[in-house]
This record gives sequence, C-alpha cells and structure tokens, in this order.
Amino acid sequence: MQTVTRRDVLKFGIASAGALVVSGLGFDVAVAESTKIKLNLRIAGAKESHSICPYCAVGCSLVAYTRQASDGKVQLLQIEGDPDSPVNEGRLCPKGATAMQLATSPRRVESPRYRAAGTNAWKNVTWDFALNKIAQNVKASRDATFVTTDGNGNTVNRTEGIAFAGGAAFSSEEGYFATKLMRSLGLVYLEQQARV
Amino acid sequence: MTNHWRDIKNADMILINGANPAEAHPVGFQWFMRAKLERGAKMIHADPRFTRTSAVADTYLRIRTGTDVAYFGGLINYVLQNNLIQSDYVRNYTNASFIVKQGFSFNDGLFSGYSADKRAYDITSWSYETGANGFANRDMTLQHERSVFQLLKTHYSRYTPEIVSSITGIPVDQFNKVAAQVGAMGKPDKVMTIVYAVGLTHHTTGGQLIRSGAVLQLLLGNMGLPGGGMNAERGHANIQGNTDHAISWELLPGYLRAPAPGQKNIDEHVAQVATKKSDPNSWNYLGTNYKKFLVSMLKGWYGSAATKDNDFAFDYLPKPGSNASWMTIYDQALKGKMEGVVLSGMTAASIGPDTNQVQQALSNLKWLVIMDPLPTTSSEFWHAPGADPSKINTEVFMLPTTHWIEKDGSFTNSGRWAQWKDQVIPPQGNARHDHWILSDIFNRVKDMYKQQGGKFADAILALNFDYKDPLKPELDEIAKEINGKDLSTGKQMTSFANLKDDGTTTSGDWIYAGSYLDTGSLMKRRAGIQDPKTNDPTGLGFYPNWAWSWPLNRRVLYNRASADMDGKPWDPARPGIQWNGTQWVGDVPDYPPTMNPKDPKAWLPFIMNGEGVGRLFSNGMIDGPFPEHYEPVESPVTNPLHSANSASPVAFLYDQASGRPNRFGTATDYPYIATSYRLTEHEHYVTQHVPHLVQLQPEPFVEIPSELAQTKGIKTGDKVRVSSKRGKVEVLALVTKRLGPLKVAGQTVYQIGIPIHWGPVGISADGDPNHGRYWLANALTPFVGDANSRTPEFKAFLVNLERI
Repeated sequence: MQTVTRRDVLKFGIASAGALVVSGLGFDVAVAESTKIKLNLRIAGAKESHSICPYCAVGCSLVAYTRQASDGKVQLLQIEGDPDSPVNEGRLCPKGATAMQLATSPRRVESPRYRAAGTNAWKNVTWDFALNKIAQNVKASRDATFVTTDGNGNTVNRTEGIAFAGGAAFSSEEGYFATKLMRSLGLVYLEQQARV
Repeated sequence: MTNHWRDIKNADMILINGANPAEAHPVGFQWFMRAKLERGAKMIHADPRFTRTSAVADTYLRIRTGTDVAYFGGLINYVLQNNLIQSDYVRNYTNASFIVKQGFSFNDGLFSGYSADKRAYDITSWSYETGANGFANRDMTLQHERSVFQLLKTHYSRYTPEIVSSITGIPVDQFNKVAAQVGAMGKPDKVMTIVYAVGLTHHTTGGQLIRSGAVLQLLLGNMGLPGGGMNAERGHANIQGNTDHAISWELLPGYLRAPAPGQKNIDEHVAQVATKKSDPNSWNYLGTNYKKFLVSMLKGWYGSAATKDNDFAFDYLPKPGSNASWMTIYDQALKGKMEGVVLSGMTAASIGPDTNQVQQALSNLKWLVIMDPLPTTSSEFWHAPGADPSKINTEVFMLPTTHWIEKDGSFTNSGRWAQWKDQVIPPQGNARHDHWILSDIFNRVKDMYKQQGGKFADAILALNFDYKDPLKPELDEIAKEINGKDLSTGKQMTSFANLKDDGTTTSGDWIYAGSYLDTGSLMKRRAGIQDPKTNDPTGLGFYPNWAWSWPLNRRVLYNRASADMDGKPWDPARPGIQWNGTQWVGDVPDYPPTMNPKDPKAWLPFIMNGEGVGRLFSNGMIDGPFPEHYEPVESPVTNPLHSANSASPVAFLYDQASGRPNRFGTATDYPYIATSYRLTEHEHYVTQHVPHLVQLQPEPFVEIPSELAQTKGIKTGDKVRVSSKRGKVEVLALVTKRLGPLKVAGQTVYQIGIPIHWGPVGISADGDPNHGRYWLANALTPFVGDANSRTPEFKAFLVNLERI
C-alpha cells in the first residue's frame, strides 16, 4: 500500500487548486488520497460524537473527536462542522470553530465557592456545604415570602422573594426540568434569555 | 421562525430589519446568499449601521434605530394605496373582512380606551361586532367602513413616503424604490421573507415592530409559504427550547398561559385565556384543546396527586399577581422585596439594562447563587472595580456547572428544529450538571419540609420524580416525559391530538408530543445532506428525517395558507402542502390530513386563532390593535405623527412606577442616539474566556460616524467617554463611514454604535490596568420595557460623547 506523507497532501492540494485532477479511474485523486490520509491524522481511530454549537441559534451540527488515554481520561481532540447537517453543511463561524476552547479551559471554576456577607474573598467549599446552605436559604426565603391567599381571597400559592433565571445553554430537557421544579417551589419570578 | 434556516433559500426577496445575519448568524446567512445567487433573490437591509450584511445586500437603507414601524407602515400604505396586495389571500385568509365594533377609534396617537393615570388601555372596544349567532360580522367586499380592511387603510394612510422619511431618515426616493420592489411580492407566485433579530425586539415598541412586519406579510400573502414568513433569528443556542418549555413567568410549557389570581379552577382559567371561535369555520384548535394540554401537563408533573377531585392539582401552580419578568426581578430587589436570586448561565451584571442600577439590586439581595462553568460579572459583582465588599451583604455562591458538551440533551434552533447532542466528554474537574444541582437542592428543601414543616409543601412533596435516580435524572428520561404517554397503555404519545383532559394521558409540553416515540427519540435522526435525493424528497430543503421540528415535525408553520382555497399551491414550483384529491401532501400539514378544502365546512387556514385567519387587527397586544410608530423614550425629536403622544403611552417606566428618581436624559444634555450590538467573534459575555476569540476582538470600542468625529476632533484609537443619564463607558474610538448623519424631522442626527461584549471579567479585563471598570455597554441603557413583553430598550437611547 502506498504511504502518503504530509508533503503529498500539499502536492495534491496544489495540483487540484487550479483544476480538478481526475484520474483515469474517474475520480479526484486528491480526494481519495485525502480520505486515506485521514486514517493517519491525530483523529485516526478516535471516537466520533455529535454535538450542536453552543453559541447562536442557527444550530450548526458539530462532529467531536475524543480518545481515551491509557490513564482512562477522555481527551477532546477536535471539533469541526458536521458535513451531513442540512443547517450548516459542515461550516462554522469563528465562534463555532473555536468551541474547543470553551469546552475545556484552564479558566473553569474548579470548586464550589462561597462568599459570606460583607467579606472580601471567596472560600472554596464542599458541594455539601454549598447545597445545604442554599437549600436552607431557599426554605427560609420561601417561608418568609410565600403568599397562600392574595388580598382578594384568591388562592395564589406563590413565592414572592426568590427569582430564577436559566440560561440559553441549558439543554431543553434541563430547562423543562427547571420550570417544573421552580414552579413547584412556588416561584413566579422566572426568566431566561428570550427578552435579554 | 415560522420557517427555518435552510428555507430562506426559497425566497424571492429578503427584507432584513433589526438584524445583521452576515455577522451575527454567519452560517445561517449562507441560505440568504443561496437565495440571492441561485434564485436571484433581492436582499434589502435596513439598519442604522452599514454592516457586512449591507455589503452583500442589493439595497441598503440607513434607518434611525427604533423606527421600523414607520418603515413597515409606509410599505403597508404603499401596497394598499397601489392595490398590490394578494387580494384572494387577504379576503379569505386574513381578518380584513371582519367588522370592528362601534366605539373603536384612534386619535392623536391614542387608541380608544386609554387611561393616562394607569398608563394602560381598556381594550374592550378593540373587538369585533358580533351577529345573533355570536360570531363576528364580516363583509367579504371589504367595503364596510368599520371592516378591518378599511380601518387599516385609514390608519396607514398617514404613513406617506414623506412622513416615513422624516421619521426614519430614509430618503424618499430610496424608500419609493424599495416599496415598488416589495409591492411586487404580492403576486401569488412571489414570496418574500422578513428576517429580524433583537434590533426589533429590544425596543419599547418591540412587539409592534414585529407585528408591523407580520401585517405586511399577510397583505402580500407571504405567511405559510416556503420562502416566506416572519423569521426571528435567536441569539443563543437554546433560547427557543427554553421559551417553548416556559422558563418564563407568564407561560406554561407549550405557550399555555400561567394561571392568574381569581381563576379558581381549570375551567375558569380556560374560559379566560383560551381563544373563542369568532367564525363558524374556525377550528380554533388551541382554544378548543387547551384543557387537554394543561391537564396532561399537570398529570405529568404531579402524577397520582393530580386527580379529577382536586382539579388535577391546579392550585399547586403559583399564580403571579403582576409582571415577574427580567427587569421586574431587579426592580423588586431595589424595593427590598427580593431575597434570593439564582442565575444559571446568565449574568445580570452585564445584561442590564442600566447595570449600575442592577448592581445595586444585587447588593440588596440576601443571597445570590451563580451556576456557571466560568466566573461571570454577577459571581464577581461584590468585588468589581469600584465596589466595596464590606458594604455588600449579599451571600454569594458560585457553583461550577458543566458545559453543553459535557452532557447530552437537545437544543432547539431558531427554526424550531430540536437536535439531540451527545455527551462528548465527562465533566471537567468538580463540575456538576445544572439539572442535578437543581434536583439536589430541591430534594434537600423537600426533606426540610418533611422534617420541619413550613408553608404549603403540597406541591413540593407531590412533584413527580419518576426517574431511575431522582437526584441524577437522565436528560433522555426527561425528554420522554416531555413527550408524554398514554397512562392506560403505557405507550408514548405519537401526537398531541391524542391528549385527553380526563387524566389518562401525560405530556410535559404538548408541542413536543411526537418527538419521542416508543421506537426512540426522533430528535436524534440524522438523514441529512449525505443523500439529498432520498432525504429531501420535495427538494425544498425540509429534510424531514433530520432531527425533529415542532409541532409534529412540521417545517413551515401555517402551511395550509401556502395553498389556495381549492388546495392548489399559490406557487406550483414551491408547494408547501397541496390537496391531491384525497389528502394533503408535502410538508406535515397544518390542517386535518384528509379534510377536503372544497367542503363548505372546511376549516379556515389559520387553525390556531379564534378567527381562523391571520390578524391584521388584533386585541392580543396591549398597546394597540394596529402597530403605530412611537418615538423611543429617549429621542432627539418629537413624533411627527402626534407630538402630544410622542413616545409609547404604555411603555413600562419602572423607576417612575416604583417612585425612584427619573433616570432618563434629554437631547440637551445627551444629543446623540446610541444603539448597542454584537460582533461575530463574541457571544454575549462568555467568550471573554475564550483565548482565540479575545485575540480576534481584544478590546472594547465604540463606532463613531466620521462626520461627528471630525467636529469633535476624535480620531480612531482615541479614548472616549460615552455617557448617558445612567452611566458611562470609557473605551477606544473607531471612526467609521459605516455610521452616518441622518436627516430626521428637519434636523441632522447622529447614531453611535456600541458593541456589548466587554466587562470587568475575562481575559481582556485581566490585561487592563483598570480591570475593565468602565467597559459595560449596558451601564448606558435605560430601565424601561415594552408594554407587552417588558423586553428592555437596549437599542435606542441618548448619550453624550467626549474625547478624554
């Protein structure tokens, strides 16, 4: 089997830039070779998954490549436009094309953080600490501001002192789940990204 | 979108207002270019700024920000005066023939029923005259003086090209040229699409700006057709899905209404909110079936606790007493009435409007929870540049959450296509999924109510957590729940048409019924352009087996209107659906699949409305049944149509209503119009953490028209201060020809452009000596909202400009 080097790719690339190089077999040699070359790329043998761009609402499909390292960690190798999608046909804008830098980042918050009233620094805390304290706050604010019956005697069962706003990078199912939970807590101050 | 991204390639003309798709939705914009290059479609871009969209448009119109009602109103007047409307469509598919009650009027900028004290309308006179049968009276000749058609004609007769020009700044000759081109789109086989984005919605008249486009589209017969419609380009990956599922105070999933106080039971609620038939041939599909959708949702949420005897737990649903939208949250906090706020993937401190006031609102809270993978201006607000942490007594929690790619689930794009995504990588570090965090908090709260008791715990205790692991529900399980099932057979619902109001069916969101069948999720389907012949049978780009589109996989909404009264497509080359003698074929029909259109009892085409037809006149808006031009709340000119009522008489003025000092400026102190916008390389604020994108757009700037810059001695690269009554930004100047002077109401006005993306958090701020202290564009924007939606005015306000 012929071995194709990176230099060959460039050569084929240049050759086909001027005109389509059709071999005697009736197909574009460059395309055929490129397909073969793909097997030697760093995505060779990688797992291919499908995603959707997290930025605007065009809904460009993404192909993401991952590989599990010997230590068991999954490494994200590459994100590119999905050529099968009737929405984007493989194309991405500068944001979508750099989605990998959003997906994994050294700037991520690594631990739950807590800043007590009036203090001037974050403290790293455990999930249990944070979730317990938040749950206590939710219950206290709910009990303090819950209105069972309004001034006209109507049953309203609403929590007036807590608001929830859920972002537009929620999967739909998360958004639905949030609606269901928040309303069951009696929240009426509910918002997402549609207005702003 | 009534249509979808790929469908834009089917248009003959594309009107773009309040949008810059070439830069804000560049990949979606390929379909605009395909229409232009392959069909010869004409593209007309009206925008304050000459953008990359303008550069490839056939016509660019420089328009003053916030005046698009005048532009569309002028086009409406032009097609009516010159009889260029699609007359069969207007007569049969709109409410042009409906007779409006005596007593309706419009004088000097006010519709009938106005109360100056309440800054609100009593809308009872905005309705139809009814006959003995209870239905609206109609005059199919459209000649009756109180027919919608004649009222419409009179209303817009004021929008002459000269008036349009004096309001918008578009020269009369340019306007007339465009009007003639738009008028040609009233032919049955010509189709125009209107595309818009937040440049229309972010105004005190935002709802009516969009309606004015929709009225024009109905007059030209362009609603329901491939290549037509009203198409909103949404700015974030899943705004559409989260609106559909109602993280929104006034809605329940599937655009059902949140119940209001005084609606004692489901029947009273339905009686007040569900539309009623105003014509015998109206199917009134939503109004008729509303109760089935609501009961199925309640049954899904509260399971065995929702019974006929307790009205399916209707009382568990909270009933808001007044508006509870975005600005109201911070207004309540300013009044000391809001204790805690949870922000998941949204940052109030940048979004604003009037970020200085929002910063104060956050400082008034007892506690604030931020759920985000990355620090935000809200998580860090208490030690933002200039803030004194010792004086801010808000307890702040920062919970690291996962990114979209670390979990599965669906995103619904602007074109209503629900597309499933895989979990590609495991969560980074200690991050957790948002829904697991919410479930965890909810269950801790629930345990406390069980142990300690407290206010009305019934809904909390009864909520259905039928998941394999209630603390870690899978999104796939939730997707199944949203679709719903028949409780008697255990089978997934295949359509909302089978939902019942007796508690035997569930559906978390009826418009998604049919998305997840017993055979699996249709949102995962991938039959795309790898085989166009098989996967796009009509050749119109519907790709029915790629993902799933609500409702029922329909790709173009209102598609019954794409065919004439006999069921033949208005344009045989571009059929949406058509009657083949026994059934409707093409797209998934928005109509009973076997209803013969020639049957005298056949339903009218717009099945969701009480009227059965499109509404040129509507009592669905609280600021007028016809769109009317009002000036932005801050404007350098008075309204030439009615100077006594220059700005919207019902726009919601939060500061005034809450007794706070006025925060609006006047042209004397702030002589320039400003508008905010987005750049290709950034998305809102999160991309301040993405190195490549920060390299591409590293620093905040404002765009200043060169004529104005010259008079001020400002050059590109100078540091300038832009200030409004509410705050200031201090950034670099970019002197440009993209913006220019406008002649408005006899005077010359300038518009300044302000990209929104920077603030005191992110890579750019880290490299700034002042840590981005005066970078927030929304420090300038006014705290005022559209009367209907309370969407803030981000796009038209007054500023001053100085070199520093």
